[in-house]
Amino acid sequence: MQCQECGKRQATLHFTKIINGEKTELHICESCARERGELIPGTASGFSIHNLLSGLLDFDAAANGVKPPQLRCENCGMTYSQFSKLGKFGCSQCYKHFADRLEPLLKRVHGNTVHVGKIPKRAGGRVKTKREIDRLKKEMQGKIEREDFETAARLRDQIRELEREIGS
Amino acid sequence: MANHTFSEQALSPWMRKPGPDTDVVLSSRIRIARNLRSFPFPLMATPEQAEGALEQLLGVAESGRLSGLGEMPAYRLSEMTELEKLVLVEKHLISPALAGQSRSGALILGPDENISIMINEEDHLRIQCLYPGFQIREAWEFASKIDDIFEEGVDYAFDEKYGYLTSCPTNVGTGIRASVMMHLPALALTGQINRILTAVTQVGLAVRGLYGEGSEATGNLFQVSNQLTLGLSESEIIDNLYSVARQIIAHEKAARERLLAESRPRVEDRILRSYGILKYANIIDSKEASQRLSDVRLGLHLGLLTDVSQETLNELLVSTQPGFLQQHHGEALSAEQRDMTRARTIRSRLANEA
Repeated sequence: MQCQECGKRQATLHFTKIINGEKTELHICESCARERGELIPGTASGFSIHNLLSGLLDFDAAANGVKPPQLRCENCGMTYSQFSKLGKFGCSQCYKHFADRLEPLLKRVHGNTVHVGKIPKRAGGRVKTKREIDRLKKEMQGKIEREDFETAARLRDQIRELEREIGS
Repeated sequence: MANHTFSEQALSPWMRKPGPDTDVVLSSRIRIARNLRSFPFPLMATPEQAEGALEQLLGVAESGRLSGLGEMPAYRLSEMTELEKLVLVEKHLISPALAGQSRSGALILGPDENISIMINEEDHLRIQCLYPGFQIREAWEFASKIDDIFEEGVDYAFDEKYGYLTSCPTNVGTGIRASVMMHLPALALTGQINRILTAVTQVGLAVRGLYGEGSEATGNLFQVSNQLTLGLSESEIIDNLYSVARQIIAHEKAARERLLAESRPRVEDRILRSYGILKYANIIDSKEASQRLSDVRLGLHLGLLTDVSQETLNELLVSTQPGFLQQHHGEALSAEQRDMTRARTIRSRLANEA
């Protein structure tokens, strides 16, 4: 069958639309379908990153032959199997509820599991202080190695002060 | 909707501005993904929750916090026609996902269309900044500023360990996607393109076509972007992309010089033939049009063709897309009508130029 749009190529996509009992059929080739874009359902995106990702998510279970326990996010109600099908989280709490299974996934996707970039000014105050403490600790270690104990002691006090601030 | 300027002009005002390395890099883009802490992501939100997130974010725009950036009108996707959405996608101002399936989706558009802020796409908030030419660092600084403004007004979903939380785990951490749109005809003609693009994917970058994920590379246009978002800082991500893109630019320029030195008559013939076809064709499909426009663009940058400007070529890149053709024609077109309208658009634009 030839494509109804261009009349040149073979029609590979076939749609049947029924509105109020009135039936219309559409036979179209892929390149015309792409040109028509989202006017046709199901052709907007082919194989996407999410398909690939959901393959990765079930990797462990598939490899071990173990059925994973049904995890569920208490906040938004998304189940882990839903997540592994869609490749998308339902809410920010999903990251907590699926934490156990998250580490290997993030490692596989990003090669890393810890954020080191920008920190929001208001929500990230604590993280900023923590990073500052880490930085000061490193500096203090350097001073100790160079036997500059006076500066090291001053840095130690600064660290204590910051640690008290965030209550750790 | 009162204002439709975005669907009248094919070329966004920001694309008319000069930029560095525009002979290879058409544009640089940063996209930042953010979410609100107290609402489920758009995927799982109820209609009321999606509307609530929308109102909070629009509230920031209406609070006047963004006023330093110029006039920033907001449009609800539900008030747009399908064709208007398609035009916005073709101009890279919204994603196909926002145009297609979002509930309570909205767009806040900057004065030069260089800022486009999408609400309720895959994430609650997506800030996008576009710059002409190779200005990826500038684009990041600007986008980061807008991010700071939103953070003053709303609570972001942020985790001490994982960073900014996003709906898709491929965006978590920094939530940024930095990309440059490159025109690489000489690398394609000399058969080096695949080797280079394979190398690019091995250093954590992705290569896509003109319209992002899943789109085919036509007209020798390639979008190079970062793949990783977690475990690297924003400046590391951008520096990495910057230095790789720098090298691709150098390779492309070297290949162009070699083409001129070694096979000038044949290259010149190819370019002038394409120019002739664009000037006189009566029917042209989008694939052929983008290939011919690529040849002409190469001719312009090699100094072999002077009767057409880069601005015109940039404009034709958008105005020959299906959505834009139909928007301008005022009705849906069949495939053949579309190919004829496309040919007419190109003919008259090039005739104006001479």
